[in-house]
Amino acid sequence: MAENDLLRQLESFERDSLAALEKITDEADLTKWRVANLGKSSFVMQVFSKLGEAPKEDRPKIGQAANQVRERLETALAEKAEFLNRKSLEQKLTQERLDISLPGRQPRKGRLHPANQNMGEILAVLSGMGFEIFRSPEIETDEYNFELLNIPAYHPARDMWDTFYTTDPGVLLRTHTSPGQIHAMRTFAPEPIRVALPGMCFRYEQVSARSEVQFNQIELLAVGKHITFGDLKGTLQDFAHRMFGENVRTRFRPSYFPFTEPSAEMDVECFLCGGKGCSMCKNSGWLEILGCGMVHPTVLKNGGYDPEIYTGYAAGLGPERITILRYNVEDIRYFWGNDIRFLEQF
Amino acid sequence: MNIPLSWLIDFIDVDLPLEELARVMTMAGLEVDEIHLMGLPGPEDDRHGFKFTGLSWPEDKFVVAEIREVNKHPDADKLVLCRLEDGTGEHTILTGAPNLYPYVGKGRLEQPIKVAYAREGAILYDGHKPGFELTKLKKTKIRGFETKSMVCSAKELGISEEHEGIIILEPDAPTGVPLARYMGDAVFVIDILPNMARNACIKGVAREVAAQLNLPLKTPKRIVPPEGRPIDGLASVRIEDPEMNPRFILGYAEGIRIQSSPSWVQRRLSAAGMRPINSVVDATNYVMLELGQPLHSFDYDALVKRNHGQAPAIVTRHAYNGEKLMTLDKTERDLDESMMLVTDQAGALSIGGVMGGLESEIVPETTRVLLESAAWNFINIRKTSSKLRLNTEAGYRNSRGVHPAIAEEAARLCLAYIVEWSGGQVASGLIDNYALPVKDSVNHLSENDIVRLLGVEIPLATAAEYLSRLEFRCRLSDDGTTLEVITPSHRLDIGEGVIGKADVLEEIARLFGYEQIPTTRMADELPPAYVNRMVSFEEKLRDELASAGLQEVVNYRFTSPEREAKLLGKPAEKYVTLANPISPDRSVMRTNLNVGMMEVVEKNIRLADTLEFFEIGPVFLPVEGEKRPHEEIHLSIAITGKRIKDSWDTHYKDPLDFYDLKGIMEVTAKGLHISGLRFEPAECAYMHPGKCAAVYAGEEKLGILGELHPAIHKEYDLLSSPIILLDLNLEKMEPLSETIYKVHSISPFPAILEDIAVVVDEKITAGEVEAVIRQAGGKLLQSVELFDIFRNEQIGAGKKSLAYSLKYQSDEKTLTDSDATAVRNKIIKRLDQVLGVKLRS
Repeated sequence: MAENDLLRQLESFERDSLAALEKITDEADLTKWRVANLGKSSFVMQVFSKLGEAPKEDRPKIGQAANQVRERLETALAEKAEFLNRKSLEQKLTQERLDISLPGRQPRKGRLHPANQNMGEILAVLSGMGFEIFRSPEIETDEYNFELLNIPAYHPARDMWDTFYTTDPGVLLRTHTSPGQIHAMRTFAPEPIRVALPGMCFRYEQVSARSEVQFNQIELLAVGKHITFGDLKGTLQDFAHRMFGENVRTRFRPSYFPFTEPSAEMDVECFLCGGKGCSMCKNSGWLEILGCGMVHPTVLKNGGYDPEIYTGYAAGLGPERITILRYNVEDIRYFWGNDIRFLEQF
Repeated sequence: MNIPLSWLIDFIDVDLPLEELARVMTMAGLEVDEIHLMGLPGPEDDRHGFKFTGLSWPEDKFVVAEIREVNKHPDADKLVLCRLEDGTGEHTILTGAPNLYPYVGKGRLEQPIKVAYAREGAILYDGHKPGFELTKLKKTKIRGFETKSMVCSAKELGISEEHEGIIILEPDAPTGVPLARYMGDAVFVIDILPNMARNACIKGVAREVAAQLNLPLKTPKRIVPPEGRPIDGLASVRIEDPEMNPRFILGYAEGIRIQSSPSWVQRRLSAAGMRPINSVVDATNYVMLELGQPLHSFDYDALVKRNHGQAPAIVTRHAYNGEKLMTLDKTERDLDESMMLVTDQAGALSIGGVMGGLESEIVPETTRVLLESAAWNFINIRKTSSKLRLNTEAGYRNSRGVHPAIAEEAARLCLAYIVEWSGGQVASGLIDNYALPVKDSVNHLSENDIVRLLGVEIPLATAAEYLSRLEFRCRLSDDGTTLEVITPSHRLDIGEGVIGKADVLEEIARLFGYEQIPTTRMADELPPAYVNRMVSFEEKLRDELASAGLQEVVNYRFTSPEREAKLLGKPAEKYVTLANPISPDRSVMRTNLNVGMMEVVEKNIRLADTLEFFEIGPVFLPVEGEKRPHEEIHLSIAITGKRIKDSWDTHYKDPLDFYDLKGIMEVTAKGLHISGLRFEPAECAYMHPGKCAAVYAGEEKLGILGELHPAIHKEYDLLSSPIILLDLNLEKMEPLSETIYKVHSISPFPAILEDIAVVVDEKITAGEVEAVIRQAGGKLLQSVELFDIFRNEQIGAGKKSLAYSLKYQSDEKTLTDSDATAVRNKIIKRLDQVLGVKLRS
């Protein structure tokens, strides 16, 4: 075979091969093409294996030419392979497209009861202000629930509480967390006191969307030698700021509780309408949030503190009321109804 | 308490918008629940915080008019046609008011009848419909007569429920003047708190408002009645128990004629919420509303008749047990010795301070009146009212305390009104038995007392000025350091000593203004540390359980023995039982949390595929010899339903079972750093006998875990999935929770993993096998995990294969295969020795 002949053949082999490669569209044909054009029996490889048969002086030239052809074909193959790969990935990705509108698989999630979520939030604020949690019994004696709190039997103030009595005379379900004041004072006297008294209370009432027989209360008690009504206002204002926002306004007005004197109600600027007036605050711009006052001298004395030396303040609020206001809960019975459709919303 | 504005301004010269007046009352401690309009216009915008109700009378729609002639309607018996002048001219109007019938056919009336006239387009209450329903006056035809305006009844104007006839005004009412200007009113509905009992009257509220606004309290113009013969000999008074009845006054009037009270009196009584009755009874009610002193009037002739012509000798005494009295409301009352009676020679006349007797009541024929004005022990009146279930206006005031000093002023004023409204003369003098005079309390105040409690410096002179507005008599000591404060003779709520000081300081604070007291941050010494471990433990436990996917619930503390027996098989032996339960199924306090928990599961069973609930709270266990029960804090858990939630492409069948709850307990215990959690087979009446475990931590039994007994399962409205329940005593669990624990270091050396499978007798538990493996494996055996259990014929009946994945690792070096083999051989040997267990080949 003449040298030029061979070179021409290589040339045309290369041309044909590349033309064939151009037409290939899948991996299988590409493999076949590789065997046919770069395999042992392909023309270009045959040139190498038969190189010995060529005249010695032509060998470098032929070898070089064949090598170039092989390299070019290999490069073309690699490019093609890369191209096909990319194409097939693209195709795969297109096919794998999700309907992202399908619902997600939600893990089951646990939650605290809304009353306890809110209770926790309030207690966290109070503990940040230095009030430790102090608990006392839910079932109380008349003495602790009323008498020691300056509410003697048949006193008109008793009308303020509708009470559940037990069949054991003098034993009742506490109507407020206030008996905890006496328990706390008797535990700590004569040390100063700053406690939060949380817990379940009971009132004998007709259950309706607006009233419940069982509800939580949180009471604050501070006793010391230099505690004033100004401190009470300051503490409760701080509490309102931490609880409802730094700029929320508060208002104190006179009220009556037998176990405090002076007694007050604190209103907080409606956090739903910012004081503009809405249905929640009955257009007043204010929400009644808590009752408070300076601990009555009789109560201090009953707790073991000399009212000539010590003063103190107490304040009580209903956490469920705050939940109701915040989240527009229309029926108070939802709280202990434990319907998951309610609980899951918190 | 209803306070009509028109009445209030008898005592104070005030011209403030209604809402501003209400705000002043609120800041005085008188909570205004509602402002009920009776003609006056309401506020322009509603950003004032008060609830307005009632009706306004626009000036162009409602005017004073006069009827000049009343004629019969040609074809209707019950209708009359009136010639009416309303200031714009004379019109003919149609009405059916029976109180105009007497004027029919009398021609031009010499004295025109003044009426309230509503023009077309006026909005008023429909007199023919029950309740108060608004309607608009429109042109309409009645019996051929076109009508578009009307003369109004009290009900149509919203003054009272009276719709028998039209309202007839005083003869001097100015024709053509807008009605609202002539008699428009507004009523403040005030919630009188128990410490404000003195303010359950117009004068009391006026005094507070005057003090807040620093205005003088006026004394309304009083009429001095003509005096007749002296009262001596007409009656006598003896008080048997001055503690119960400190004062008793009698007054007398004669020559009177019972009639209707003047219409302005009737309007005021209606506005204050009382029904006008007659000119004598109205006078007693009017004075009670004005001064707060309940009064009672007797028909004097009825008393003389009962006593066979003798003058009545009034004695107040305790009733006898079993004594009876027919009260004004025609009810026979059974009395007991705690109740106070007003009696005469013939027996009981009235229940002192609560309600009069029927026999001696004022009747239309009455011409002579004996008037009672007395003070009673308020606690005793409260007991009496509650025993008899008798709530009267008198009882309301007497049960909150009325100062005995008011009785005299009230008696004199009432007698004056009686003769003014009914004619006749008042006997001169009163029969006044003031058996136990009240000593007005005296307090001494220093500036330091004010700062100490209120935290603000108020000079004593300023304090004295505030207090004198409330009629306290104040005197500053010569050196100016002490203020002597004497309680006014209408207040019973100011004590003495340290309590009296607080009482007086509250008054100073109210007048200084709560809003004016500067807010301060506590400067006082901090208390010693106090940590409530149980509270923090509960909080951690709540978080652990919620993060394990459980929803917290909070149940009622109430249940019934029947409800508890439904789950527990029988009720508890002892309960805290309610004397006044709200319903039979809430008659006792719960002794077991799982009872309520089962009810929550039942309620929600169809609302979700999976339910996982927990509750933390007390159960109430009566303790012998103790007043209060033991309130033991428990944890209850219930899980049921699908283990894995269905998705749109995956559907699982397996329900949650015993091991799911066991697993929850295991991770929870781990989270709380409670070690040595153990489960022992146990029996429990409401659990499946083969699927129940007692939960231990070390030697302490914490409670029970298991599957609800299938027989009990059927008693509830549930689905087929088993209910897995847990009940733990947290008081036992809390001390086991480590708050300080050691963290293990992580080995830098690789671990060797291998699996072994053993075939064991069914009787041998997985727990026993694992215990042997762990014990034999020693320190190098890092973990043991059971990954498969199976049973088949090849293994043989009564046997099971347990496959474990073991992990060997050292903290000190890389283990070699031979190290691992040594441990493994030891494990195999011990399994054989202890349990006779062979490795599965």
